Amino acid sequence: MTAAPLVSVRNLTKHFPVKGGVFRRTQGVVQAVDALAFDLLPGETLGVVGESGCGKSTMARLLMRLTEPDAGEVRFAGEAIGGRAGLSLRDLRRRMQMVFQDSYASLNPRLPVVMSVAYGPFAHGVRRAKALERAATLLEAVGLEPGLFAHRYPHQLSGGQRQRVNIARALAIEPRVVILDEAVSALDKSVAAQVLNLLVDLKERFRLTYLFISHDLGVVRYLSDRVLVMYLGKVVEVGPVAEVWAHPRHPYTRALLAAMPTMDPSRRTTEALVSGDPPNPINPPSGCRFRTRCRFAEEVCARREPPLSTLPDATDHTAACHMLAPDTGHSLAPAGGARESR
Amino acid sequence: MTPASATEATPVVSVRDLRVRFATREGTVHAVNGVSFDLVPGEVLGILGESGSGKSVTLRALMGLLSGSRARVEGEIRVAGLDVGRLTEAETAALRGRTIAMIFQEPMLTLDPIYTIGEQIEETIIRHEGLSWRAARARALELLEMVQIPDGPRRLKAYPHEMSGGMRQRAMMAIALSCRPAVLLADEPTTALDVTVQIQILLLLRKLQREFGMAVIFVTHDVGVSDEIADRLAVMYAGRFVETGPMDAVIRAPRHPYTQGLLTSSVHGSFRDHRLEAIPGMPPALSELSPGCAFAPRCRHVEDRCVAADPPEYRVAPDHAARCVRASDGSLPVFGTATATLSPAEGERAG
Repeated sequence: MTAAPLVSVRNLTKHFPVKGGVFRRTQGVVQAVDALAFDLLPGETLGVVGESGCGKSTMARLLMRLTEPDAGEVRFAGEAIGGRAGLSLRDLRRRMQMVFQDSYASLNPRLPVVMSVAYGPFAHGVRRAKALERAATLLEAVGLEPGLFAHRYPHQLSGGQRQRVNIARALAIEPRVVILDEAVSALDKSVAAQVLNLLVDLKERFRLTYLFISHDLGVVRYLSDRVLVMYLGKVVEVGPVAEVWAHPRHPYTRALLAAMPTMDPSRRTTEALVSGDPPNPINPPSGCRFRTRCRFAEEVCARREPPLSTLPDATDHTAACHMLAPDTGHSLAPAGGARESR
Repeated sequence: MTPASATEATPVVSVRDLRVRFATREGTVHAVNGVSFDLVPGEVLGILGESGSGKSVTLRALMGLLSGSRARVEGEIRVAGLDVGRLTEAETAALRGRTIAMIFQEPMLTLDPIYTIGEQIEETIIRHEGLSWRAARARALELLEMVQIPDGPRRLKAYPHEMSGGMRQRAMMAIALSCRPAVLLADEPTTALDVTVQIQILLLLRKLQREFGMAVIFVTHDVGVSDEIADRLAVMYAGRFVETGPMDAVIRAPRHPYTQGLLTSSVHGSFRDHRLEAIPGMPPALSELSPGCAFAPRCRHVEDRCVAADPPEYRVAPDHAARCVRASDGSLPVFGTATATLSPAEGERAG
């Protein structure tokens, strides 16, 4: 990892209080994102996987500053965001754009799609005629013939076509980073494949960096260079896709991968590696948050939170588990001394 | 079609030329356009299709849930020898529960929010088997254990909103299985669940299916999921079964271009160094179906005879059939060996 990160996230935290009762007292805290740290490298696609409630969408919103973080820092190409010296939100969003899951809800129903795409450049000071011209070029780039589609309204398009419009709009102000939050999840498989191919092409053509969030492991593996696995607001494992798929280290990552359909009727899955549902993110378990579903959990897992540490034999692969670092007190941890933990 | 196994056992479900149309303000929607199949006891049939392919409507027709709505149902549906279309409302109600039961994608919408899980299971048992409340409660506890809900006595007193998605789905299975139905209809029961929960539910369903010797029809849009559960697969497109056969054969050697496209456009097991062979265009609007093969506008092998008339079902093996003219003369490559990939853009414009 020699390249300087394009986006660097440190200790990013967002807790939502849950209020209830007659006096609206705080009854608990959803630790949606807790002390998150990772880097997004220029030109890469970083896939983010995790089950519902793990905080992947909150993380995306925090990066875009659609939600204010409670603590932590996000830097874009070395520059802090907000404050007197940092990047303004306007500048941040010129560099980083987002595509959402619901293609319909994210477009203005009263605007022809070309206007939706042109709005961004227009708001950023591009002349109207020029902005419309750029919108037409982008519609063309996402495979929607402007002559045919530019003046249609969102309800006159199919889901796949609308998602293409959303992608065109995200690209309209020439961002460097695009956050794709479940961008193909609502599409039928045959249409999702078209959009995935499009994303691959656009990335190359516009030299983009993607943060690709999805609950669909197959899609993440297909699109990503590296993958980040989240569980209840925490990063549990990060590494190159091929490496993580071949040697998943965290028990949760292993369970996730084992839960994927085998696509082979003669070798069907015979056991589930975890039982139960993800616990409620309100007041999550102490220590390692996965311990309540982990078959290897021991006393130390409840007592101490495992840090995200580099694996001894792979410098670009990190995981947060007491079984992987030496001398943690877990019976399956490697013996200390012989190996360096970081 | 008649599976090879049907010669050995009397089918518990038998459907002949099922057609369902809905009258809407925008015109008539042809949701199901001639579906025929048999299901023998203990068999798991997967129906694979995208949204709007008619898979859920087919299940609803089997369950007798379409009468009285704006739907026009034609064709014959026999469940345990009874003609579902000719039953009175009371007879249909008697059929449900003991003979045929259904589970849905979203248990939160299926379960009643103002009754506890226990009350809902007990109600079903009392209604269909006439047990006392006390006996029903004991049965409900057994059922929770059967669907692997821990801490049964406490869970019986829980309301649906107090349970997680996976637990609600298990509770719905407990209700559906409370009267040991001969046939279980499952409409995307794992689609709303996380993958680690999905696999638990699939494994549980497989176990209970085997224990009870139940016949199951499992509807899904995910070929990977159907692959984990089904013995036989029917691929549905625009209200028709376009390909049917043993799970294994359909996955390994699909004969219909749509099935082939679904598999090559699926990211299962592929890294991004090769491009996905996407199916161009999008599924047809069911209100304006033109004659001929409904997949023709998206098919890379299309010829004049495809648009001339509906392709009949061709048997490519004793238990494997495809509705494609090219399946009849072997001119279709057996797997996606064709190279010319339309760009998605061209496809969507064409569609």
